Amino acid sequence: MKVVIMGCGRVGAQLAGLLDTDGHSVTVLDTDAYSFRRLPSTFSGTALIGNGLNEEVLKKAGIEEADAFVAVTQGDNRNVMAAQIAKHIFNVSKVVCRIYDPLRQELYSMLGLEAISPTTIFAQILKEKLES
Amino acid sequence: MYIIVVGGGRLGYYLTKALLSEGHEVLIVEKNATFCQIINDELGSVCIRGDGCEMATLAEIGTARADMLIAVTGDDEDNLVACQVAKHKFNVPRTTARVRNPQNETIFKKLGIDVTVSSTNIILENIKEEVPTHPLTHLLTIRDKGLEIVEVKIPPDSTTIGKPIKGLSLPKGSKLALICSKERKPRVPTASTILKAEDRVIAVTTPESEEALRAALRGE
Repeated sequence: MKVVIMGCGRVGAQLAGLLDTDGHSVTVLDTDAYSFRRLPSTFSGTALIGNGLNEEVLKKAGIEEADAFVAVTQGDNRNVMAAQIAKHIFNVSKVVCRIYDPLRQELYSMLGLEAISPTTIFAQILKEKLES
Repeated sequence: MYIIVVGGGRLGYYLTKALLSEGHEVLIVEKNATFCQIINDELGSVCIRGDGCEMATLAEIGTARADMLIAVTGDDEDNLVACQVAKHKFNVPRTTARVRNPQNETIFKKLGIDVTVSSTNIILENIKEEVPTHPLTHLLTIRDKGLEIVEVKIPPDSTTIGKPIKGLSLPKGSKLALICSKERKPRVPTASTILKAEDRVIAVTTPESEEALRAALRGE
């Protein structure tokens, strides 16, 4: 499948590498070219400089043909907005975003956005570790 | 009305000042402690420090009873989320977002924001209006009807000067409302009104036919 990833931080870069290894067509977006250093040297997808909140940039990244869109920048609101653009403007069938703030994650999940809060998940894992 | 303003920058500050003077109950939410301090010193205790996108903050300030939330931070995504949280979590009846990137206006509308104000477009329009040769100025947009009120300047060399209004091929759906001349009082045009050089024509039109209207009035 064709995947567009917004944000080439640790998570974005790692995800891009994993999907690329599995043979998917991956495009990673970041506003800072320096972030692309995190991509594995074997990465055969596309790294594109640009802001994923910009429709033109998203089109250039191939969002119109994309099967999936992932928003994993550092900004919760940026991820929320980009995910909504992908879902409601470009009708991408699979859209997932990261929202650190558990309350906001809950709200947007309720509104139909597939949102993951690493805060909630990690706190839960830590709790289980401590109690086991 | 109880109005919440998200963002205590210059826009938030002056907006709050204006709303307070109209007698509204206003509260600003601002992240920056220094900005909060300045606002509270100058306008009284109207600013609380916090993140206007965060539910805990919005719950604390009684957003559920707010009549309106206006998000005027410098970041479009923050304004979007503040409005969406207010709307969907606290059922605020009216949300307004400032949009810096004009492209985002349509996106925000699609995502359920009631009113968007594009600060960039407004500034652009105002500056363009100051250019003497600028042919068409947007004065007002009537959103729910898809109409706009514009002003068209008739240049001194226009081929339509001396012609009556009925002789112009105005696009459908466009209506001339008023003609302001240099020396005469503003007048409501009729079919036989003659256009003069330097006239400023105020018209109601649609975004699609504004180009055709401009061309018809200026004989382009």
